[in-house]
Amino acid sequence: MNDHDAPIHEKNSHEFPIHETLGDSLAQQGISRRAFLKFCTAMASLMALPPGTATAIAEALVKAKRPSVIWLSFQECTGCTESLTRSYSPTLENMIFNMISLDYHHTLQAASGYGAEKSREDAMKNFFGKYLLVVDGSIPMNNGGVYSTIAGRTNLDLLHEVAKGAAAIIAVGTCASFGGIPNAKPNPTGAVAVSDIIKDKPIINISGCPPIPAVITGVLAHYLTFGGLPELDDLGRPKSFYGETIHDRCYRRPFYDQGKFAKTFDDEGARNGWCLFELGCKGPVTHNACATTKWNGGTSFPIESGHGCLGCSEPHFWDAGSFYSALSMPASPLKYVAGAAVAGAAAGVAVSIGNRIKKGTAKSAHQKATIEDLEK
Amino acid sequence: MDADLFLTWVRSTGLNIAIGIFVLGTLWRLVEIYSLGRKRDLAVPRHRSGASGLHTMFRRSVPPPGMFKRSATSYVAGYVFHIGLFIIVFLFAQHIKLLQELTGLSWPGLPTQFIDATAVVTLATMLLVLAERINKPVKRFLSTFGDYAGWALTFLPVLTGYLASRHLLLPYTAMLALHILSVELLLAFLPFTKLIHVFTLWGSRWYNGNANGHKGVPV
Repeated sequence: MNDHDAPIHEKNSHEFPIHETLGDSLAQQGISRRAFLKFCTAMASLMALPPGTATAIAEALVKAKRPSVIWLSFQECTGCTESLTRSYSPTLENMIFNMISLDYHHTLQAASGYGAEKSREDAMKNFFGKYLLVVDGSIPMNNGGVYSTIAGRTNLDLLHEVAKGAAAIIAVGTCASFGGIPNAKPNPTGAVAVSDIIKDKPIINISGCPPIPAVITGVLAHYLTFGGLPELDDLGRPKSFYGETIHDRCYRRPFYDQGKFAKTFDDEGARNGWCLFELGCKGPVTHNACATTKWNGGTSFPIESGHGCLGCSEPHFWDAGSFYSALSMPASPLKYVAGAAVAGAAAGVAVSIGNRIKKGTAKSAHQKATIEDLEK
Repeated sequence: MDADLFLTWVRSTGLNIAIGIFVLGTLWRLVEIYSLGRKRDLAVPRHRSGASGLHTMFRRSVPPPGMFKRSATSYVAGYVFHIGLFIIVFLFAQHIKLLQELTGLSWPGLPTQFIDATAVVTLATMLLVLAERINKPVKRFLSTFGDYAGWALTFLPVLTGYLASRHLLLPYTAMLALHILSVELLLAFLPFTKLIHVFTLWGSRWYNGNANGHKGVPV
């Protein structure tokens, strides 16, 4: 089978992109079968699927209809989109734009104003119950959600409306997955995650600040191949990417085990590439694929650049104490020690005064017994 | 509450409360004990007490003649788990980091594998002393709830710490949080149980030795 020779369905390619298969789309883009198979193998290996699955993925993807995707950006910084688009593996990561029909995305769409909103409404109408909803950013709940609006409507309102017809929801980034930075104390906008609001749709959380581009691609490939979401952990994240901690897969792990730690960012230990635990690395409690998948086309990841992991793919990472405090150190300064010392000493003195009074009373109440008393 | 929130709680609020109770309770007990004083002894000292107090501080660590044979497990296991606890608490790099944060003092640590092995030995000997306490009629008769509570409060931090570092039973985040929580329970209850002996041990040995010397039984 030579899919890139397949004819393009011209009639459907504009109005109803869902009818166009991925194979057609790739052919249109001039992507060779070799490159495509390489991509499928990479995806299968990333998701820890058996080797034979790559062919299955390839066959399924070629025949897969490109689903309509509506991408809603709420309280976010666009870092998630930046991460995706500025990935240094365009042949791999840009496929996200070939695998799907991205019908609404603030940053990437050409249309604006009413035209933009219309394309969202059209997609919702035409593919009701079939489109994928991608959300990045948290949703403000305080004061009726006025802190973030799009086209005059609150994020909450928009989310409810678009979620209704979605086949599944992909929460991209820590804000959409867990509330993220807007949710950090004192959370002035009352920011919450998608899963706090939508309860009746399958939701997959791709956390990270930003998340690894290949993880988004992998989840989409999985969805197109198997028609469902991959196995998730207890926080709704795909296990194949978030199943292990950064620490477990860190190349500096041997130094941790040997007790060799960098004490400052420019000491001998840091120059020798020793473990960054004491400088606040949160790798031991952070589940993500950075240490294996890496960033910037496999160049490196934060720890490889000499900085500890911030734990950005975990809920409440912003409120877990200083980024530069080791995990075994207090997350906040001790508050009660001085007061407790004074109270403890005072209690001790008070009790000892009580003891002395008791002793004194016993002494004064003591009656001497005489021989006559005893002989009575 | 998810594991991450739980961990942050034990690293902040929980630690605050536990150290607060620990400092309050320890100062209370020590001030109370050392201010008890003693009745003025009107008798002439039978023997110059000399260094009897200091001698006793050391000699109580050595089994009296014949005792080692009768209760070898108590002595050997007792030494092993106390030294084990010392190594785990004070020579594990992560613990040193915590103590450095709290006190400003730091010293070199030992490799994780060594600490791991020490933890296993410590856990095993602690189980051994518990089994002996339960099996030997005299020890069982002398044991109160406080003895078992003190054992559990000491055993749990070692067990959870080992499980956390070896990634056993529960995910690391949850087990680390449980480990810190178990240490906080230990800190909060230490002043009010027999575990206060970490502070009173040397003082009470000196007191007894000195009093015995005064009565004419110097050691």
